[in-house]
Amino acid sequence: MAERLIEVKGLKVQFATEDGIVRAVDGVDFELSRGQVLGIVGESGSGKSVTAMTLLGLTRDRNTRFEGEVLYKGRNVLGMNEGELQEVRGNEMSMIFQDPMTSLNPVYSVGAQICEAIQIHERADKSTARRRAVDLLKQVGIPNADSRVDNYPHEFSGGMRQRAMIAMALACNPDVLIADEPTTALDVTIQAQIIELIDRLKDEFNSAVILITHDLGVVAEIADEIIVMYAGRVVERAQTRDLFYDPQMPYTWGLLGSIPRLDRPKQERLHSIKGTPPSLIRSPTGCKFRPRCPHAFDKCMEEPPLENRVETPGHLDRCWLSVAEKRQLRERTLSGEEAA
Amino acid sequence: MGSFGMNQSNGGDPLLDVRNVKTYFPIRKGLLQREVAQVHAVDDVTLSVQEGETLGLVGESGCGKSTLGRTIVRLLEPTEGNVIFEGRDISKLGTRALRPLRRQMQMVFQDPYASLNPRKRVGSIIGTPLKIHGVDKSEQRQRVQELLETVGLSPEHYNRFPHEFSGGQRQRIGVARALALHPKLIVADEPVSALDVSIQSQMLNLLDDLQKELSLTYIFIAHDLGVVRHVSNRIAVMYLGKLVELSPAEELYQRPIMPYTEALLSAVPIPDPDLSHERERIVLQGDVPSPINPPSGCRFHPRCRYMTDICREVEPPLTSYGNGHLAACHHPLNVDKETLARATVSERYTPAEADEGAKPKTPAKGEAHPIPESG
Repeated sequence: MAERLIEVKGLKVQFATEDGIVRAVDGVDFELSRGQVLGIVGESGSGKSVTAMTLLGLTRDRNTRFEGEVLYKGRNVLGMNEGELQEVRGNEMSMIFQDPMTSLNPVYSVGAQICEAIQIHERADKSTARRRAVDLLKQVGIPNADSRVDNYPHEFSGGMRQRAMIAMALACNPDVLIADEPTTALDVTIQAQIIELIDRLKDEFNSAVILITHDLGVVAEIADEIIVMYAGRVVERAQTRDLFYDPQMPYTWGLLGSIPRLDRPKQERLHSIKGTPPSLIRSPTGCKFRPRCPHAFDKCMEEPPLENRVETPGHLDRCWLSVAEKRQLRERTLSGEEAA
Repeated sequence: MGSFGMNQSNGGDPLLDVRNVKTYFPIRKGLLQREVAQVHAVDDVTLSVQEGETLGLVGESGCGKSTLGRTIVRLLEPTEGNVIFEGRDISKLGTRALRPLRRQMQMVFQDPYASLNPRKRVGSIIGTPLKIHGVDKSEQRQRVQELLETVGLSPEHYNRFPHEFSGGQRQRIGVARALALHPKLIVADEPVSALDVSIQSQMLNLLDDLQKELSLTYIFIAHDLGVVRHVSNRIAVMYLGKLVELSPAEELYQRPIMPYTEALLSAVPIPDPDLSHERERIVLQGDVPSPINPPSGCRFHPRCRYMTDICREVEPPLTSYGNGHLAACHHPLNVDKETLARATVSERYTPAEADEGAKPKTPAKGEAHPIPESG
């Protein structure tokens, strides 16, 4: 059994706003071990980014309330003080942010931004840090890293900036790498490069990866386990193959069906999930997906618990439909016959 | 069919004819702002679009697809070449002369956050084109509310501000604005790439419905071949300012000829773990080179896995492989010997002739004509 790095238990994150309390994360549990890739999938506003940021203590604020536990190697991150957190953040756990255009500081050279973490966490001197920065840039595939290290972010293309972000995140050989939509702002060709890079680096550094995305296609290849989030909750959780070949939650079917597929004949119409994700201030009663679910029935007024309902242990979902019904109903969604 | 350069299958002239268009941007330096170099954003592109059809325009960032789109709707002036809309050359028209044409061609922009004025209400955003084109004030409101319904929003949204909407809804507002004046042609520049997949499919279906209802012609710009497949009749692939492949949509997916297209196809993620492990993924190394000094010969050669000496030196001509399928490559893929023997170089490298003979004279003769296109 590989070393257990992260354990999240009953995590809730709430923000107090003028309009009311936003329940951004509403009861999330998962574990992550060394060498594992966990995919967190959901639409905008499903709480996936807040979950990830909370792991690093980035959502702390006067108006934020936490419940539950986030254990990193057995220590609760939520209870750490700023100093302890700083030790972990960037050093043992680090994050690749979504938008490489805005997450790099435009007035510092790329090299300086990578060196900063090395100098702080490893107390390395300037020239050692710089040498490591060049090495890292080489590792993430930046050509002429020796001279590129002194470039400013605007001199890099989008894909290169994302690589620089990855280099920065890897600077201190972190155990956990959290990638929040690392490829959404990029071309498909560059997306393929970045995903391959993350996969390779995970093996090289023997770390664990949390990959957050709204596109199930992106995680199909590299994730070991996938969590599907909706309105701040986990609605389905399974090993990657089980999730793709035996999805239990109608929301997951919708996500799968929405992707235009090149491996299949062209469909007349694309499946789409009608409506938009619910407000996190006044979320619907009962099953949160009920208002958008084409298969909702009376029982859905009561919220289903996250339970194992299929033969495969560890495959959890939140849906009242019986397994047999689901297997029958989902075919239509997945094959694109039923287009909303 | 199999006739090369078949054209008039839709009967009649194309709605839009782009002939040898080049759009260069000058790079100026120094006190005197002397021109030191040029960005070859669009470099000699020739294509046409039939009424009611959707042309997908695909390529990576920096391949010139957006510049071409903007040149077509004349937000930019082409450096050379002609843009012919409904038989009229609009490439050199001034602002005033263009104004009536703006009714006919509209654009939907990529970023739903940046393309709507945050200080204007939805009613005024969608109503502005109506106001400019002198629609009666009382009619304006009614028309805007109709439009809101057409794009799947509710008329009550009239008085709201853009920030009150989600990304997908904002994009719908952008579409409503583009539809306001009953345009014939809509250039949609990456209309779904900023949206979640679930919302993407809603948007694609909406665009599809609108096309049928309002008999629109689309130019659909995207970097993702998965997305354009769904909406396009034909697909044009661009690389570094050049048109490198043009084909009927389904054929492009089954039989890509240009290695660049093959690589683009293989980069599209497949939501199926087993298939995705099995298939051979061609990961393109590096980024698109600079369009200031494009590589010699075939512009794709530094990233191509089939590259040989000839690719470095000679630029491959755009060649017609029949069935309206054009590609520019020295080592064409998925082409059998027979087709290769019959393939003819399109004559688009002789602009003078191309201009003169832009209309096919004998389309059924089995010869490439200067602008081989399929309907």
